[in-house]
Amino acid sequence: MAKSKTVRYLTPLIVFAALVVLLVWGLGNDPRKVPSPLVGKPVPAFSLPALGDPNSTVSDTDLKGKISLVNVWASWCNSCRAEHQALMALSERPDFQIVGLNWKDEAADARRVLAMTGDPYDLNGYDPDNTVGIHWGVYGAPETFLVDRNGIIRHKHIGPIDAKVWEEDLEPLIAQLQAETGG
Amino acid sequence: MPSPNPSRRYPWFTAPLAALIFTGLLFGATAASAFTLEEFQFDSPIQEAEFRELIGKLRCLVCQNESLAGSQAELAQDLRNEVYRMMREGQSQDEILTFLVDRYGDFVLYDPPLKPSTYVLWFGPFVIIAIAAFFMIRSILSRKPAVDEDISESERERLRALLESDADTTPEAPTKP
Repeated sequence: MAKSKTVRYLTPLIVFAALVVLLVWGLGNDPRKVPSPLVGKPVPAFSLPALGDPNSTVSDTDLKGKISLVNVWASWCNSCRAEHQALMALSERPDFQIVGLNWKDEAADARRVLAMTGDPYDLNGYDPDNTVGIHWGVYGAPETFLVDRNGIIRHKHIGPIDAKVWEEDLEPLIAQLQAETGG
Repeated sequence: MPSPNPSRRYPWFTAPLAALIFTGLLFGATAASAFTLEEFQFDSPIQEAEFRELIGKLRCLVCQNESLAGSQAELAQDLRNEVYRMMREGQSQDEILTFLVDRYGDFVLYDPPLKPSTYVLWFGPFVIIAIAAFFMIRSILSRKPAVDEDISESERERLRALLESDADTTPEAPTKP
């Protein structure tokens, strides 16, 4: 009898505690970070004029054979400015290339920003009308995709890259990708 | 100033004015949500209805509590254009929805699809109701009937004494106001 009474009084308490844990966990999730269904899939085929030179193109074939960070950015995007410093530092690393997707931007503005603050990009595709962005499931800037040597998207980061994101997410993944295909 | 009639506490034009403002808000809201569709041309009202239905099913990923139909965000405009373009190409609703889900994930749908990862979402409430109902029914069934205990002999004696002593006094007549 005493036991069943304990159970009776403890059950609502336990249910309530479980609910609290669930809700607290939910609070910690950022609803703006929508998981991408493209992770694990090949990059969508695309071909864009280069930002710096409209006569040359940037396409999905440029992503083959190298590990790439594909960074969606725009001159109007404040968070992109925030991560610019981090990208500049990363651009010096020889083990991957940084490919820009200049998204919904004006070419002149974008070029001016790069001229003033430095250009971390090895390549930069110009996508003013979101024609390629839609296929990549881009819904904001900045977003960064990590693409392996075979052109498979391995990770998507939403929001600016900072030291924490680099150390905790991107750097270990890049190290893993390098080990995978043997340097 | 005294106010003999409660309705006179507000000036006479209050009610018409309130009605006017309310109507204005109503039409203003309609106009705002229709505003973004003006640029789209349709062959038939059926096609337009289909387009409206489709963009009502899709979520704007920037302002997540809005559908593509209601959102003024630039990305929503891009996606509306894309949906419109695909529809004009003769693609079916399913093809268009699949196209967007492949790129943006299930989240782009306002109604989550029914699949193993969403079973909890769809059936969870019913499971909880079933569990609650089970415990409720069980507790009702196991409730012991109230014990109909007879009064004891000494209590019977006291009751009799009480009744007898009560019988001496004349019963009080019900008082009328």
